[in-house]
Amino acid sequence: MTILTVAQTKQWMEEINKRMKEHKEQLTELDQAIGDGDHGINMARGFSEVINKIADTEYDTVADVLKSAAMTLTAKVGGASGPLYGTAFLKMSMALQNKDVNQQNFQAAMEAALEGIKMRGKAEFGEKTMYDVWYQVTAFLKSEKVEDWQEMMEVCQATLEDTREMVATKGRASYLNERSIGHIDPGSMSSFYIFEALVAVLEVEE
Amino acid sequence: MSDKVGMVIISHSVKIANGVTDLIGQVITDVPIEVAAGTDDEEIGTSVEKIMNAIKKVDHGNGVVLFYDLGSSKMNAEMAIEFLGKSDVKIADHVPLVEGSYIAAVEANMGKSLDEVITALEKLQLPGM
Repeated sequence: MTILTVAQTKQWMEEINKRMKEHKEQLTELDQAIGDGDHGINMARGFSEVINKIADTEYDTVADVLKSAAMTLTAKVGGASGPLYGTAFLKMSMALQNKDVNQQNFQAAMEAALEGIKMRGKAEFGEKTMYDVWYQVTAFLKSEKVEDWQEMMEVCQATLEDTREMVATKGRASYLNERSIGHIDPGSMSSFYIFEALVAVLEVEE
Repeated sequence: MSDKVGMVIISHSVKIANGVTDLIGQVITDVPIEVAAGTDDEEIGTSVEKIMNAIKKVDHGNGVVLFYDLGSSKMNAEMAIEFLGKSDVKIADHVPLVEGSYIAAVEANMGKSLDEVITALEKLQLPGM
């Protein structure tokens, strides 16, 4: 059963855009604490460009929408989140090429995205990065047939809280060493909003 | 046209990139060097498109070395290489921007090959972050 259509994918991007705008200040504050302070601005700009690009374009497949989003994010976001989110959506798009998005295919696409983030960011689980959230969401999708997408948000929330107590070893936050403890990772926070937006549009497979 | 290895200086800041090329330009003038710095809106950051365009400009068939300043500029450098699908474009990995690009310019000026330039940079490598 299809859990994500072309229209819903566009809606997903709109829901992300809405959240990035709403939480721009919060993401910036999180990034000011342990990074270079541009995450909110970068994400808001990136997704508003994504909407500009996809809003009036006709797409045949979910893969095409995701590819458009990936190229735009890569080009328009200045910081590390551009190539990282760009790679994630590009790998998802490639995995969903000529495929209907049922839960199984979506899970495979998430695994491809996860591999992409790992490759691009040279990340491992538990390093206080967005990879942690994507890792746990992918693990959740693998675990069983999902009855309620809200469960995925519980996984995201718990992972987010876990990043607070970690020492960052990747990205700009790694220069702070132990001083990064006590702060939620901004990339994990923006990933949380991306999945929250997804849950708002995803269907439950019957 | 040049018979020398090309170079691209990738930085989050246009000022840093221009400063580095100024420094090199004092002694080396015949190595193809381009700057790819700042975002498309000229803010602090890097742009895949700028990096791709710079690579095309300095690529005269002898290979290109890319220098970067901080983490995300390296990711964008990797994406630019993947989009262009070129095997003779290499990233000076974990090499300090100022010292690395200066040494590479001197080596390239002597007519060294891409591999020789990369080897010369190995001794400068920073510990991984």
